[in-house]
Amino acid sequence: MNQLTYRDYLVESRLPTIWCPGCGNGIVLKAILKAFADLGLDRKKTVAVSGIGCWGWADDYIDTNAFHGTHGRALAFATGIKLANPELTVVVLMGDGDGATIGGNHLIHAARRNVDLTAVVVNNFNYGMTGGQYSGTTPRGSITSTSLLGHVEDGFDLCALAAAAGAPYVARGTVAEPGKLAALIEGGLARRGFSFVEALSPCPTHFGRFNGAKTPWEMLEELKSTPLPLGILTDREKEDYGTRYARTAEREREEGSS
Amino acid sequence: MNGQGIRFASGNEAIAEGAFAAGARFYAGYPITPSSEIAEAAARRLPGLGGMYVQMEDELSSMAAIVGASAAGKKAFTATSGPGFSLMQENLGMAVMGEIPCVVVNVQRSGPSTGMATKPAQGDVMQARWGTHGDHGIIALAPSSVQDCYDFAIRAFSLAERFRTPVVLLADAAVAKLKERVEYRTPSAEEIAGRPFPSCTPDQFSPFAVDPEERVIAPLPPFGGEYVFRITGSMHNEKGGQGASPANADRVIRHLTGKIERNRSSIVRVREYCLEDAEWALISYGCSARSSRAAVREARKNGRALGLLELTTLWPFPDDEVRSLLSRVKGAVIPELNLGQAAGEVRRLNDFDIPVLGINQVNGTLISPKEILSVLEEASA
Repeated sequence: MNQLTYRDYLVESRLPTIWCPGCGNGIVLKAILKAFADLGLDRKKTVAVSGIGCWGWADDYIDTNAFHGTHGRALAFATGIKLANPELTVVVLMGDGDGATIGGNHLIHAARRNVDLTAVVVNNFNYGMTGGQYSGTTPRGSITSTSLLGHVEDGFDLCALAAAAGAPYVARGTVAEPGKLAALIEGGLARRGFSFVEALSPCPTHFGRFNGAKTPWEMLEELKSTPLPLGILTDREKEDYGTRYARTAEREREEGSS
Repeated sequence: MNGQGIRFASGNEAIAEGAFAAGARFYAGYPITPSSEIAEAAARRLPGLGGMYVQMEDELSSMAAIVGASAAGKKAFTATSGPGFSLMQENLGMAVMGEIPCVVVNVQRSGPSTGMATKPAQGDVMQARWGTHGDHGIIALAPSSVQDCYDFAIRAFSLAERFRTPVVLLADAAVAKLKERVEYRTPSAEEIAGRPFPSCTPDQFSPFAVDPEERVIAPLPPFGGEYVFRITGSMHNEKGGQGASPANADRVIRHLTGKIERNRSSIVRVREYCLEDAEWALISYGCSARSSRAAVREARKNGRALGLLELTTLWPFPDDEVRSLLSRVKGAVIPELNLGQAAGEVRRLNDFDIPVLGINQVNGTLISPKEILSVLEEASA
């Protein structure tokens, strides 16, 4: 295989990205494109499905097919795309507000249904695009623009949620360790079935400023000592929906024709 | 139960068979009364046809999944009723903006909210037109018989593909549950034509280029072929990239409405029944058109010059046909199972100052021919 690099999948003409200085999205983008390159994905057979939010812009910079859908529904669009054409590699790009809060129901059912998709959720613990409101992953006590007295709810542990819902591959990395993150994403792409990769990422513009005006660098350092477990958290064989459906349908056609 | 021939079937069954005959090979949905037989037929039939059935967690995701499947090259559909149709509006808008062909069957029931799940209604006429936010064109067809259910399902896919748009098959609980004779005819090649393929090279392809000839929209290749492209629900330029400039936004919104409105002559169909010499006219659709037809027969027996204009296309609204009718009758009566959703459109076209009356029933029962005749009696007295 000739040596592909992440740049072979990057739309360089669109750079610089629209993301704020210190945002982790660019690092996740590069990790994904590095995983594409390492696996030698065919850009014609790859679809990046994105939702709405800061991270929802990611597909603008990816030189594969792209489907930029509605807020929270990326997994549902992706389910249709993959089941309609099983030859495609479908990567679903969502944030914590998009993929795990408004789209939380789709997330658990996608994990349970086990369609062969790879979801990459960038978790920056707040809604960045709309000004830093709390999301379903905002930790208790955090200050956001809608929890100025300290957040009273507990946040989701997304990986625990995806694993409990049945996802065969669940992993968490951080943008503080981009090489490891790329490896986790590559593992998800290689695993047939629903893969869930969470990338912890800083939002210095909102979450950082609200919670002590830390610098992006300090936020990166903090991510390394997150209390959430990192690495591959679940990795198990499980037949995916498309394969199982095809086998059942094949039986139906044989019986129907006999 | 399957394949061509003459059957005794329900409207729901006929809709599903029409969709399969049209080449639909992907169904995503969520069960809801009174449309569930369509999902059951899809689950039963699609595996044998090499198609895919998937039951989603709600109607938001059902609509999203058919839009995704269509972008990947399959003719795709879903079926629902009022509450589910409400949930589908968000991603129906995605299909409008992304110009993704698909068919949404709404078997109307009594609303608002849960309403009366098993009772027929025609209260979603305006929701079909304006349910999703923003200006856009839409196509909605209204079957009044089981045969219509079959034929209009085929036509819905044909229109969806031609105009790269969602098409609403606006049935109602009465027609969907009705069982009568239906011919599962073999559709013509033209009726079930596949999606046209771009003729340009991949690097020249623009997924949102407006076709200068047809003034419709570029052909949509499936994801996974030679063409690498981007579909988006955000405001976009012809390439599918960001296009929020005032000039471009204006162009896109006018295009989304114009591609339907400009082509209304090839979309709109109506049925005329005993209208040649009619002094008064009924204008109706769906189950209420059946009541109206019976009323016309009854009136004709008694020597009254009554006729019926049945609107089998509700959107775009048959403006020309209705206006022409209003110009030559003494008055018009619009029976419908709502408080005047189509009647309002008819009144908009009444440049002739003739009486335009509604018969509006919202109690979950059908309008009887007798009720129509008594309203006419009073009006024409």
